[in-house]
Amino acid sequence: MTDYKNLKLIATSSPHIRGSETTRGIMTDVIIAMLPALAYACINFGLRALTLTAVSVAGCIFFEWLYRRLMKRPQSIQDLSCVVTGMLLAFVCPVQIPYWMILIGDFFAIVLVKQLFGGIGKNFVNPALAGRAILLASYAGSMTSWVDPAVNKAAILGSNVDVVTAATPLAYMKGTDPVALAESFSNLTGTYSVSQMFLGQTGGSLGEVSALLLIIGGVYLIWRKVINWQTPVAYIGTVAVLTFLFPKAGSALDWMLYSIFGGGLMLGAFFMATDYATSPVTKKGQLVFGIGCGLFTVLIRYFGSYNEGVCYSIMVMNLFVALIDKYTKPTRFGIVKSEKEASAK
Amino acid sequence: MAQAFFGGVHPHDMKAATNEKAIEQLPAPAQVVIPMSQHFGAPCTPLVKVGDRVKVGQKIGEFRGLGAPIHASVSGTVKAVEPRPYSMGGNVMSVVIDNDMQDEVSEEVQAPANPDALSVEEMVEIVKNAGIVGMGGATFPTHVKISGGIGKVDTVIINGAECEPYITGDHRAMLERSEEIIGGATYLAKMFGVEKVVIGVEVNKQNGIDKLNETIAEKHAPVVVEGLRCRYPQGGEKQLCQAITGKQVPPGGLPSNIGCAVFNINTTCAIYKAITTGMPVVKKVVTVSGSGVEEPKNVECPIGTPVSLLFDFCGGLKDGTYKLIAGGPMMGMAQYTADIPVAKGTGCMLAFCEKEEQTVEHPQCIRCGKCVGVCPMHLEPLFLYQYASKGLVDELNDAHIMDCMECGACAYTCPARLHLTHMFKTGKQLVKDAAAKAKAAAEAKKAAEEAKKEGA
Repeated sequence: MTDYKNLKLIATSSPHIRGSETTRGIMTDVIIAMLPALAYACINFGLRALTLTAVSVAGCIFFEWLYRRLMKRPQSIQDLSCVVTGMLLAFVCPVQIPYWMILIGDFFAIVLVKQLFGGIGKNFVNPALAGRAILLASYAGSMTSWVDPAVNKAAILGSNVDVVTAATPLAYMKGTDPVALAESFSNLTGTYSVSQMFLGQTGGSLGEVSALLLIIGGVYLIWRKVINWQTPVAYIGTVAVLTFLFPKAGSALDWMLYSIFGGGLMLGAFFMATDYATSPVTKKGQLVFGIGCGLFTVLIRYFGSYNEGVCYSIMVMNLFVALIDKYTKPTRFGIVKSEKEASAK
Repeated sequence: MAQAFFGGVHPHDMKAATNEKAIEQLPAPAQVVIPMSQHFGAPCTPLVKVGDRVKVGQKIGEFRGLGAPIHASVSGTVKAVEPRPYSMGGNVMSVVIDNDMQDEVSEEVQAPANPDALSVEEMVEIVKNAGIVGMGGATFPTHVKISGGIGKVDTVIINGAECEPYITGDHRAMLERSEEIIGGATYLAKMFGVEKVVIGVEVNKQNGIDKLNETIAEKHAPVVVEGLRCRYPQGGEKQLCQAITGKQVPPGGLPSNIGCAVFNINTTCAIYKAITTGMPVVKKVVTVSGSGVEEPKNVECPIGTPVSLLFDFCGGLKDGTYKLIAGGPMMGMAQYTADIPVAKGTGCMLAFCEKEEQTVEHPQCIRCGKCVGVCPMHLEPLFLYQYASKGLVDELNDAHIMDCMECGACAYTCPARLHLTHMFKTGKQLVKDAAAKAKAAAEAKKAAEEAKKEGA
């Protein structure tokens, strides 16, 4: 029979069982959700999309590993969050930027934005977006010249001199002169059909062009319960409603469709605004956050000096997260409405 | 199907190991160790001394204030009255009885002549003398709950949710002892003066629900069975009230605040037994299960049986067993020794030898918010964790840490594997300590002021 005197027992606090979900598993799901868009980027822009993403991922892993090692902190690369950051940063850059440039972005994202604030879960803005912001501020030329997928593919190695560049759809939707804007928008609708916009046969950042594949990835994440529907639906919905109500040219419906399929809205709504560390924790808060992102995106696109507003709108809303969390706390258990009103009186 | 509480998790229920196994009687143990603290409240005072002969059902511990008496579960001789380890941690004064195997019943155990003619006061008195406490694990004295609830309570609920994984004692009782459950529920209806008693049962026990309904129809009993969605912690008292009535117990309150009283299945059986036979709580059904147990079973044994005998009865423990848990895997307490007895609140003994709990070495919150989504008390565990780990008492209070019932749903779901529940236990203690300190300081100040006044 069992020797009860010599059992080697561990006494820990309850609960004694845990669910199967892990941080690594969640990050794996995010990576899987981005793969369709990455595959499409290779078809659209050429294999350089893949090598640029690989370099970016390798850079993020390296910088995270190096930082944790130098600071004598426990290693954290195994949680794969640095891989997600690396992929996302590549996704928001034009495909032909030099490799060294994206490594600078990686360094900024991983070391300055993520690790200096304590690593995963502690950064207050999205690292990939912050990386893009610093690259855009430092190398505005490279960061805003786009390969035209219809004309040629980006070379894997070598310079980008011979690449024919094209303006992104959003560039055609910018302008203060109503007549000129109407003309350029009709140019856009003439060049790209709505279905081309939806499928992603346009110029733009590496991973942002195909609305369809990004939506598929996003739906996968919602189905896997990695993200809630609140943020992307509120975000895209807000942009759709505002652009439909206040079109600047063409028909309201066309303007709305080109606004939500053009630029980085889908990528931002499903993959950036849903970043755990930099978004509210309650579903109510996520709705507010999504609406705020949508509002700022439209404001920047309409009135700002940039064509695109997704990156900055999410970063601005990142700064509101603590405030949103404060005002969207769940109602305390046992406090029903009538009592709340009564206690207010 | 009632289910209306927020959040919750759905762990693998692991009940298949024992839910088709009838309750077996443990062969009489040679010795029992009966702790004098088996209820919520101050420990009992032992009424016997070493060398005394005791009989089954004889009162051996008397309570003061909030509590319930404790009875001998076997007949025999008192071997020792001394502190012994028990399942809620630490040592507690216990009466050790050597079993003489005579099973002689005490003269104190008297069946009422006509149980159905008893007045409410008489029934409550019987419940009190029978030492009945909440046998789901909370061990709140049942007679206090009844006498405090009469007049206030309009919904009497029997908790048959059994939402913790592994545990099947209540399910088996529904199948094998439905008369006792329905009978006990009928007495409860009488005591509270309500027309219907509701038994809430999770729908993974459909045959239990059917059996109860059969018995209700047979007896024309004032009882209805309500199916509950399988969702942990459906059996939490506040969550059960919410599921059945749609009302929420106010913060810091009791179910009686919203007109509810909740009783465990085992407690209901005990009420029936006490009223019909006069026998106090001397036995308990325990589910013995987990990966470390050779042959999981539902076992009925005398109160005070050493748990090692239960494991032996189930084929012993497997090599490499590293955890013993008194209670379910979500809220039970891990034990540092197998040298503990079965008490009134022990419904389950688990032994784990496989790695059931994957932990990580340096857990770091990723702010995914999943804990907020599962907390049935509407708390934000990730923030409580931060406050507790930094010892911020005011913030803990503002975030309502005392509302936490330590159900473990947040820690179960946490992908980063933070030790959330553990940290909240620490945090609650910080809050309690701070409150005690503040109270002591206020009293000292008051005393000093009074002394000053007298001096002047």
